[in-house]
Amino acid sequence: METENREAEAPAPEASPPGPDLDGPLLHQLVEYLRQERSALREEWARRIMDAQLLRAMTAQEIFSEVTAVYDNYVTALETGSVETLQAYARELSERIIPRGVETHEVLGIVLLLRDVLARSLFAHYQSDLRVWDRILDAYEPAANRIAVTVGVSFVEERERVIREQQDAIRELSTPVLQVRERLLILPIIGVLDPARARQLTEQLLGAIQHHRARVVVIDITGVATVDVTVANHLVQTVEASRLMGASAIITGLSSKIAQTLVDLGVDLGMMRTVGDLQGGLEEAERLLGHRTPPRNRPTQAE
Amino acid sequence: MSVAILRQGDVLIASIRADLSDGQLLALRDDLAERTGADRIRGVVLDVGALDVIDSFVARSLRSIVEALRLRGTETVIVGIRPDVAIAMVQFRLNLEALRAVLDLDEAVALLDQLTDREDADGG
Repeated sequence: METENREAEAPAPEASPPGPDLDGPLLHQLVEYLRQERSALREEWARRIMDAQLLRAMTAQEIFSEVTAVYDNYVTALETGSVETLQAYARELSERIIPRGVETHEVLGIVLLLRDVLARSLFAHYQSDLRVWDRILDAYEPAANRIAVTVGVSFVEERERVIREQQDAIRELSTPVLQVRERLLILPIIGVLDPARARQLTEQLLGAIQHHRARVVVIDITGVATVDVTVANHLVQTVEASRLMGASAIITGLSSKIAQTLVDLGVDLGMMRTVGDLQGGLEEAERLLGHRTPPRNRPTQAE
Repeated sequence: MSVAILRQGDVLIASIRADLSDGQLLALRDDLAERTGADRIRGVVLDVGALDVIDSFVARSLRSIVEALRLRGTETVIVGIRPDVAIAMVQFRLNLEALRAVLDLDEAVALLDQLTDREDADGG
């Protein structure tokens, strides 16, 4: 098995001596056969893909051109035992088809279909001599498995990379801390607050308080659809932490539904200063700043 | 001593320079309570900017210092809590309402002026 595997990876068709190393030429023969049958086999493969209703996001023509490219790469990978070109192609293909909604099961499905199509065709060709067929399988199976794994893994890796990138982008975008005027910050929260995001948001807010020397922060949660116990407690902690940094926090944009939820949940909101909307929050913030600002600081603030 | 206590007019400025043991914290409380009474101090600024960590015991001790001093008629303002320290402190779920905190010494003195100015005080 060991010898055969190595042979499959690095065939030396012409120079190999007779005996156990016969797989080299055999693989070569096999590849030649697959090259000859190229048009018939890729059409068969494309037909099977359509029959199985895979890749429905793509047109028949697109499927056929991808099928051709993958087929050629596949045969090359079989021949050379090196999956690198195929891997690069699979990555690049994944990059193109992931945004179109192609799923992992479809990619695995089409690779396994190709494996099946080729195996059937090889069987039809070699079945007259079962000993040769046996050796063909020995050469073909490990290589085909490796190719299937490579394509599947490339797709999943590419997908994960896209997801990670999007997560990063969302994280960056989702927590802008804005300075409205000196010592006054606004933090508009939009979307879903999960614990990780809530923590990151708190860190950003506290960093901004320190950097801008903020006295008042207005946290607007108009864009937050639902609030549960965890999120409510995070808000309370954010308010409390802001206070320890010397800034008063004002929560605005609590919908009546969320307000009722909070009351029902029994979250201790004693520390929270809330105002109905952002405009009211800013007015309250001005009042706080005006009230708490010592007169000698006024001129700098007016600038 | 890992706490430097300076006096500026009727304000005491206590800088904690290194992590304090539990005993040192209690000693600090007694020391401050003693001096505020003796020197007719109206306000204390407690600088914790040098602390990398404020654990729940330290947080509770700070609170008890603030409360003890308030009973002696002195307001206390905490200065220099860093963002990560603040986040850690609120995880203990202690009631830290008594702690008034600001970013720096200027603000602390301004806040003390406001807190101890009877006409302007908001009662909080």
